Amino acid sequence: MSNGARPLAPWRWLGVPILYVMAASMVFALPMRFWGLGLPEPVFALPVAFAWAVIRPSMLAPLGIMIMGIFLDFLWGSPTAFWAVCLLLPYGVMLGARSMLAGQSQVMMWLWYGLSTALAIGAGYLFTMLDTQNAPNPASVGWQFLATVVLYPFADRLIDRFEDADVRFR
Amino acid sequence: MSLRDNPLGELKVPLTWTAGIVFIVVLIASVAILLSDRREAFDTDASGNPRTMSDRVMAPVGDALSTPGRLTGQGVEGIRGYFFAVSENRRLRAELENMRQWRDVAVALRDTNERYRTVLGLKTDPPIPMATARIVTDSRGPFANSRLANAGTEKGIKPGNPVMSESGLVGRIVGVSDGVSRVLLLTDAASRTPVMIDRTNSRAILTGDGGPNPKLEYLRGQDPVKSGDRVLTSGDGGVFPRGLPVGVAVKGLDGRWRVVLASDKAAVDFVRILLFEDFTQVADTRKLQHNAPPPPTPGATTLPPPAPAAPAAATVAGATPATPQPKAVTPPAKTATPTPKTVTPAAKAATPAPKTPTPKAPAPKTAQPAGATP
Repeated sequence: MSNGARPLAPWRWLGVPILYVMAASMVFALPMRFWGLGLPEPVFALPVAFAWAVIRPSMLAPLGIMIMGIFLDFLWGSPTAFWAVCLLLPYGVMLGARSMLAGQSQVMMWLWYGLSTALAIGAGYLFTMLDTQNAPNPASVGWQFLATVVLYPFADRLIDRFEDADVRFR
Repeated sequence: MSLRDNPLGELKVPLTWTAGIVFIVVLIASVAILLSDRREAFDTDASGNPRTMSDRVMAPVGDALSTPGRLTGQGVEGIRGYFFAVSENRRLRAELENMRQWRDVAVALRDTNERYRTVLGLKTDPPIPMATARIVTDSRGPFANSRLANAGTEKGIKPGNPVMSESGLVGRIVGVSDGVSRVLLLTDAASRTPVMIDRTNSRAILTGDGGPNPKLEYLRGQDPVKSGDRVLTSGDGGVFPRGLPVGVAVKGLDGRWRVVLASDKAAVDFVRILLFEDFTQVADTRKLQHNAPPPPTPGATTLPPPAPAAPAAATVAGATPATPQPKAVTPPAKTATPTPKTVTPAAKAATPAPKTPTPKAPAPKTAQPAGATP
């Protein structure tokens, strides 16, 4: 029996993931080192933004992404709305390519997710370069990309849970 | 059932369109916010009210969340100290022996230094007060490297204050409010720090790029740096005091000179914030301006003898240098300024004078500006 949440209440598929993202980002921003190494800094908001684009078009989702992005900016100290724009770009692209994503295998969906991650982090790279006239370290960028790409199972879980909830967008 | 037969199918197009429109509006709003937020505004504490408010909310949350980790770390340290007490004791004894020799050297050097200072009449920089703070959040991504410290305006912290760990420079304060301050790390892509190489005294700008080892840029001279050289703050520009330890120079894989930060060796939890202001601000500039210039050398023949009757006629002519001179000497700065003013009109008036010999202009007219004063 499917465990999909039948009524697609906004607080369930938009509100709760936002809170999870905030909590996870906060925990990973704690000043902790293990054997001299700090925790990685994955963008937890990205799997959520990807999943929202796949589940269904929504008027509240872009606002939710903006809220998550601005929260990350305040937490990490980047310019205000930096992450909001970086997250909205892949969301928009995936929303446009939604019909192509329908019925794809999990591996293919992971590839699409990797593409959206590359788009978000590439946009961040470009904005930082324009803002500071200084190219960010490619190794550091690659490390954040890897730490974010491995989060696809969270997106898959969210898609699986809410994909069939709205019959108009099946 | 086909899409057309589905009674809800008709609702799909408008909802998709409105969702698309909302997306575009939110994207435009976000881009506008991003463009209006400038990193240059960091130093003026205009990281803005929303940012300082969010910092005030996040600091206690981060502090509470990091407490279990901190306590666990302290517990592990305690257990490790208990089990490794003997080896630790041996290591500390050896270190103490070494340090005793250095202490003797330091005492001798201090004595020499004091003598030199006395001989030269050198005024050294005043000591810098410090505030201690605990780090409660730490971001280390490629695009932003900053930390929140749980001390703010109540401890006298201001934007621009340098932040140090026990072993070296960490960064500087870029935003402060009551109970919390944000530290921009040396590794942040927006960070630029004037530094010098200890061995050669050559200057460079330490530029962060989001990686662990910031770059040394604008290095000058031939072979100004080699691997293992110590890097210190240069104090240029007055942002940081001179001589704070930054790290050690290494050649990066990309062929650039980079710095292994000294602060990486220390734990990330506690920092010292130097309540440093540029020493030119510390000096009382108003008092400096009102210092009377030194009296003229006795017996010097450079000054002409005072002529009591001359001033009135001289001011009218505007050419004699003798009268303004004593004025400038008695009251220092303010009266000194008008002196050139009296000279300037004379110079201006003098300019048309060469025109006099020209055949076209009649003599009285050209003479008018020169003799305009009467």
